[in-house]
Amino acid sequence: MPTPTKGPRLGGSPAHEKLILANLATELFKHGKIKTTETKAKRLRPLAEQLITKAKRGDLASRRRVAGTVRDKDVVYVLFDQIAPRFANRPGGYTRIVKTGPRKGDAAPMAIIELVEELEVAATTAPAKKAAKKATARQDKVEALAPEEETPSSQTTPETADDQDSEPPQSASGDKGAEGPGDQAEGDDTGTDTGTGTKADDKA
Amino acid sequence: MAVPKRKMSRSNTRSRRANWKVSAVATVACPQCKSPKLPHAACSTCGTYNGRQVLEV
Repeated sequence: MPTPTKGPRLGGSPAHEKLILANLATELFKHGKIKTTETKAKRLRPLAEQLITKAKRGDLASRRRVAGTVRDKDVVYVLFDQIAPRFANRPGGYTRIVKTGPRKGDAAPMAIIELVEELEVAATTAPAKKAAKKATARQDKVEALAPEEETPSSQTTPETADDQDSEPPQSASGDKGAEGPGDQAEGDDTGTDTGTGTKADDKA
Repeated sequence: MAVPKRKMSRSNTRSRRANWKVSAVATVACPQCKSPKLPHAACSTCGTYNGRQVLEV
């Protein structure tokens, strides 16, 4: 027995469902971004990604396989010559579904399904980039905090330094209490920093 | 075929329907504009999701 298709069935018959999904895939590749119901978007995603994978292969056989689903030759051309190269170094996950709430009229939950952007760097280096960003953010914070401590009173800085040095031997539990809130505050700072950064980007 | 033997009284009908209750839609505050939005969905006020502009406003 073949594995049943995941997700709800669409349309009135299997042929109708095939047509709906083929038309949705064609429109997605034509426009790059379409608004449809959540259910249809969820059914469309695997089909669209399989078509893109075939397009990345790029040979005549896969072109004919894709043309069996996407009947529009212009869209097949766009898929093979513009969309497939975009995803050359992306291992799957070519589409994004964002839910946009109920539709006016029948309150059907709607979603936007779109082709994601080009992957600028390989997937393996992406976490390193994040780590680097975090490291720079921490350095900035340290630099921002250090002058504040030093500038108000240059005489007290040695005392505070002595206090910090003297604390660890006194009690381990006290140190844990002192370290915990500090770490949390740092985390919050990073959150706000990134938030403001994105806002600034949006404004720009 | 089984059919009701008696007319259902207004009292019974109404006491049954008295238990039909609606619950408020669960919302979360939008991280961008702080207005209430559906969870796991784009904000209908500012049109952003995960800091990304998704809808035109």
